[in-house]
Amino acid sequence: MVYDVTVDGKPHRLELEKVDGGWKCRLDGQELRVDAVVTRPDVMSLLIDGQSYEIKREQTATDLHMWVGSTRFGVELRDPRSLRSRRDGTGDDKGPKKLLAPMPGKVVRVLVAEKSEVEAGQGIVVVEAMKMQNEIKSPKKGVVQKILAAAGANVNAGEVLAIVE
Amino acid sequence: MFKKILIANRGEIAVRVIRACREMGIRTVAVYSEVDRAALHVRKADEAYAIGPASATESYLRMDKILEVAERSGAEAIHPGYGFLSENSKFARACGDAGVKFIGPTPESMELMGSKTRARQEMEKAGVPFVPGTSRGLASAEEAEQVAQRIGYPVMLKAAAGGGGKGMRLVHARADLRSALEAAQSEAQRSFGDSEVYIEKAIVNPRHIEMQVLADEHGNTVWLGERECSIQRRHQKVLEEAPSPIVDADMRRRMGEVAVRVARAARYTNAGTVEFLVDQEKNFYFLEMNTRLQVEHPVTELITGLDLVHLQIRIANGEKLPFAQQEVKIRGHAIECRIYAEDPDNNYFPSPGKITLLLAPSGPGIRRDSGMYEGWTVPIEYDPLLAKLIGYGTDREQATMRLRRALYEYFVAGIKTNISLFQRILRDPDFQAAKLDTGYLDRLLARESKHATGDSTSPVIAAIAAGLFAVLQPASSGVKNGTAVGAPGMADSNWKQKGRSEALR
Repeated sequence: MVYDVTVDGKPHRLELEKVDGGWKCRLDGQELRVDAVVTRPDVMSLLIDGQSYEIKREQTATDLHMWVGSTRFGVELRDPRSLRSRRDGTGDDKGPKKLLAPMPGKVVRVLVAEKSEVEAGQGIVVVEAMKMQNEIKSPKKGVVQKILAAAGANVNAGEVLAIVE
Repeated sequence: MFKKILIANRGEIAVRVIRACREMGIRTVAVYSEVDRAALHVRKADEAYAIGPASATESYLRMDKILEVAERSGAEAIHPGYGFLSENSKFARACGDAGVKFIGPTPESMELMGSKTRARQEMEKAGVPFVPGTSRGLASAEEAEQVAQRIGYPVMLKAAAGGGGKGMRLVHARADLRSALEAAQSEAQRSFGDSEVYIEKAIVNPRHIEMQVLADEHGNTVWLGERECSIQRRHQKVLEEAPSPIVDADMRRRMGEVAVRVARAARYTNAGTVEFLVDQEKNFYFLEMNTRLQVEHPVTELITGLDLVHLQIRIANGEKLPFAQQEVKIRGHAIECRIYAEDPDNNYFPSPGKITLLLAPSGPGIRRDSGMYEGWTVPIEYDPLLAKLIGYGTDREQATMRLRRALYEYFVAGIKTNISLFQRILRDPDFQAAKLDTGYLDRLLARESKHATGDSTSPVIAAIAAGLFAVLQPASSGVKNGTAVGAPGMADSNWKQKGRSEALR
């Protein structure tokens, strides 16, 4: 198996091969023997050269995280042969960007109108949760193509609030 | 003894009170709102009844519905926890009228302490030390200017009915006083429906230290030692410890005696807390009395060996305090972290949602009072406090190290928590040296977080683990409806993904 793995923005090439008593891992050309056991869903015990690591996987609506001890790493994983991942080029600022709700809550205000120009970081929608209001900001400079959030509506984490192009 | 107690609260404090009742052989009645049907307190109680929609004003604050449940279930007493109706004298009075014992002080004591200006007048008569200022609301901007002139700038304007930092303004110079007073008055009016504002000398870099008191209904009142609560954000406590690192036996006795005087002057019964501001010369001034069980009561329990909820129930049952002041002994050190559902990377904004993975710490010197569990969805309607993690040790250093170890073991996925903030505080040299005041946390947060990325091998481990997870357990339990982004093949069925990977070899 071959994966393109990005850890906190840094790309790696990972090759995994099942061998007796574990895995042969080649990361950016460096070879390691790894003993891996999923001890419960989303918790993995790794033994590498006698060193023990506990890894927790966290899949949120928008991100994938690997926790090594209590350090969090943002991870993107792609199968280079998969069609889907080739289509999914999300790393650049070109094309439409979705504005996602980072947490469940209630839309209290929409701050801009459709078709208006916005700066990167400009507030577009205000979402309230646990009695606090949070401005959800534009991911890029551009034009607001569509606003899907309506004042008073409840939204789930990861729900698209607006699209900026 | 009561046979059945209703707990008019939710979250970790409802669970904590239910546990005490079970330990005492008392049956428990929980109440819950629509969104709390699956909450932990409902699961732990002997009986549970729905009291209305998610909004607290339509459920946990509805006195009529709660009293109706008390009658229907035959509960003889109500424990209000903290927040919600706990400091509402009308509720305490309504309980009395309905023949249900309110586990807390009398409505008269609550009313006296609920008004900061009235409390101040009464306490001044009892010889309690105060920060210089007015004990009445300000009649005019001219009066404010005269008083400020007399006590000296900086001064603090405060709402009489206030709390949580609302209606408060710090004023450094005469030029700013008038506009600050107007702003404080209108904020007080909006927040509390009462625009009364008073003025006090502002203590620069104060500590916030409070004293626990207990009073039975036979005139016995004792103090149980102080809690250092200086680590705050937006006037909300974040981390508390007992004893305070700056309070010695003599200062503790003096503070305790003042606290008992305060409680006696208010004819106080049951558990209460007297809050003090402490200046850099260790002078302490009465701030207010909290007429309820505090969130941070466990640190006092750990260093005194007493169970405050057991004692609250015994006192409400009419029993005498089972010990005298000289029998209260303080031993060891305890520190509490308030685990909130909030995002440290997004200005500590609340982060409700579903808890997809929960690994909880235990082991020596660790107490965990929690209202959450794996698979539970943290509702958006209430306070973001999820749990309290308390470390206990022979001394402050051991308590700190135990807490750091436990925080390392604590893992919550699916929602964001402030666990990393406590790692930062407990590692901070100023915290370890006990250089604390109410501005401590803002200063810490203003400093660039030295992101402890650990060693250079950690990213390598993360990359390998990501690949192995994709092979060994392709679908994370955190994924909803298979709509994950950033992980390949999660929307596909596993066999298809697996078959494709196998073919690549």
